[in-house]
Amino acid sequence: MMSSNTQKSSHPQRLQQPAQPPRKRIIHAVSLRTRLLWVGGFMGVAALALVARAVDLQFVNQDFYQAQGDQRFLREVPIATTRGMITDRNGEPLAISTPVESIWADPSELTEHPDVYPKLANALGVPLADLKDNLEKHAGKEFMYLRRHMDPDSAEAVVALGIPGIHSQREYKRYYPLGEVMSHVIGYTNVDDHGQEGVELAFDEWLTGKPGAKKVIRDLHGHFVENVDLVSPAIPGRDLALSIDRRLQYLTYRELSEAVRKNNASAGTAVIMDVRTGEILSMVNLPSYNPNARTDNRPSAHRNRAATDVTEPGSVMKVFTIASALESGIVTPDSKFDTNPGSMELSGHVIHDTHNHGLLTTTGILTKSSNVGAAKLSLQMTSAQMYDVFHRFGFGQPTGSGFPGESGGVLPNGRAWSQIQKATIAYGYGVSVTAMQLARGYAAVGNGGRLVTPTFVKGGESPSRAVLDPHIASQLMAMLETVVTPEGTAPQAAVLGYRVGGKTGTARYASGGGYSKIYDSLFIGLVPATNPRLVMVIMIHDPKGSVYYGGLVAAPVFGKVMDGALRLLDVPPDNVQQWYADAANTPAVPAGTPKPMEGDLPPGVDAPPPATPVAPLPTVTDPADAKVGAPAR
Amino acid sequence: MRFGAAVIVLLVLAALASGIAVVYARQMHRQMFIQLNGLERERDDLNIEFGRLQLEQATYAENNRVEQIATGKLGMATPNGKDVVVVRP
Repeated sequence: MMSSNTQKSSHPQRLQQPAQPPRKRIIHAVSLRTRLLWVGGFMGVAALALVARAVDLQFVNQDFYQAQGDQRFLREVPIATTRGMITDRNGEPLAISTPVESIWADPSELTEHPDVYPKLANALGVPLADLKDNLEKHAGKEFMYLRRHMDPDSAEAVVALGIPGIHSQREYKRYYPLGEVMSHVIGYTNVDDHGQEGVELAFDEWLTGKPGAKKVIRDLHGHFVENVDLVSPAIPGRDLALSIDRRLQYLTYRELSEAVRKNNASAGTAVIMDVRTGEILSMVNLPSYNPNARTDNRPSAHRNRAATDVTEPGSVMKVFTIASALESGIVTPDSKFDTNPGSMELSGHVIHDTHNHGLLTTTGILTKSSNVGAAKLSLQMTSAQMYDVFHRFGFGQPTGSGFPGESGGVLPNGRAWSQIQKATIAYGYGVSVTAMQLARGYAAVGNGGRLVTPTFVKGGESPSRAVLDPHIASQLMAMLETVVTPEGTAPQAAVLGYRVGGKTGTARYASGGGYSKIYDSLFIGLVPATNPRLVMVIMIHDPKGSVYYGGLVAAPVFGKVMDGALRLLDVPPDNVQQWYADAANTPAVPAGTPKPMEGDLPPGVDAPPPATPVAPLPTVTDPADAKVGAPAR
Repeated sequence: MRFGAAVIVLLVLAALASGIAVVYARQMHRQMFIQLNGLERERDDLNIEFGRLQLEQATYAENNRVEQIATGKLGMATPNGKDVVVVRP
């Protein structure tokens, strides 16, 4: 205010002095110089300001602005990586990752073009209404999946529509060529390629690769203009070779399904394990599901019953009762027990046998599967002795296979067993076990008393430990062989050319505090009995047919599967004389034809000389066998 | 004096050359990176193809299928015990 007043007051003075040119000139000169100075000074300051700003941009805040700039065009994008392949022990693929494309959208961009929705919905193969709902739900976001796991060709067609804000991203989907035959062991992955069940879950870290990252330059429309730099390379997942043999798995699945169907059973489980290494060669559970299209979500079908389900095993436990009786030295295989009259009373409970077996030896208790005999055996032992043997054979604890959700079963502490509890445990009630535990326990019997740890990985064996005297183990094997004879409970488990040891079990299924009329039919077998290679557990739950005994329902599966399995695995027969005897009894052999086989023999394979037909075989011990073998030739 | 000027000229030239070299190296890097990406894509495509072929093979070699062809089409059968001769070396 003040300055404007003075200016106003000076102004009229200048007008009153027009006739003073020198003064005017001086004023001009001064004003020019000051003006120049002013302008020069101003420009200098402006230049300084520019420099200061430049310094500010280039040095002081450089990181911030560089980052902001990069954010607008540089992008770090992930490089998808594959999950490792799962193969069987012979390298056959069981789970393979195949590439698929997932279509994603930037809703903020896409919602600006509602006119393309019908075209987009059509190309995506989703109902238009669903697409609109989905977009509404994600409004304001910058990322949403429109459809995941499309086959690459259809996905390309969607992207080719050129709709702004639509992108595709490579992902991998798991494919299981064996489908429901293999589903319980392998499990499956979720949509994000993480293992959810089975081996896929147990070995998730091993199978999962490490996704890489690269820097790219992106234009205004989000297209990648140029790859700039590799931040980290993608590391693909490692392959995993399982101990499973695909051929055995298939064979087991086929025969078990057949048995379940024929006996109108509600579920079934079968496990084949290598006796010496603990490698699981096949594991089948029914009902099964197709891991490639998991439409029905019945959890009961997804369970790997062989590892997770516990059941009272019934008579198959008698082997371990006898093992502890032999170990404690109170009986020999030939000790006699009177099981008359086929039942006995103990602490107010009655223990029954199927028939009255009369006088039985220890071996006979196993052959005939006598509950009374097993109970009488148990009464001669302390519960600590029995518990110790059961515990050493791995009951009541997980097997250590590493399978997710594996159960340890229930083995009550031995100090607290009552008289009747001891007797019932002796024939397999009051304890709960898994199929894998049974396979492991029986494998130890066939493996000279050495307990192995089951494994699903090829060559994944860990050191075995001795749990039983080898002599007792071989005595038990001889006893088990008597079961698979016409006198025993499982003649149908026999395999031509091989000696088989095994044990049947028929357990009433406990439910609601009592025992129902539902049965579990079991058979566990070891083959070849002279030097066991394979152990197989078969459990068939709730057979509703005319028969339910383990020897009639489960044992035939063993015979059929092992017939193929032993051939596939090239296990040499240990009972050749039976082979020839069988051939001799088959009417199909043309009688009177002296050498029916000779013409069929390939030139390189000589028929054994007639005089000593099968004598060179070390397994032949009976001189009569040579005679038996002769007609076959 | 003259020596000093020569040093400066030399340094300027060196700085120029170094600048160009940086640009060249960067360009080379990008080109190589693009090439690497291309090769990686090719590798991935081959891997994918390999996976597909493995799947195809697994499907063709499926036990059920082999068994059906063997028994149905080719009239093959597992030999009975009487048809087998055990030979020992």
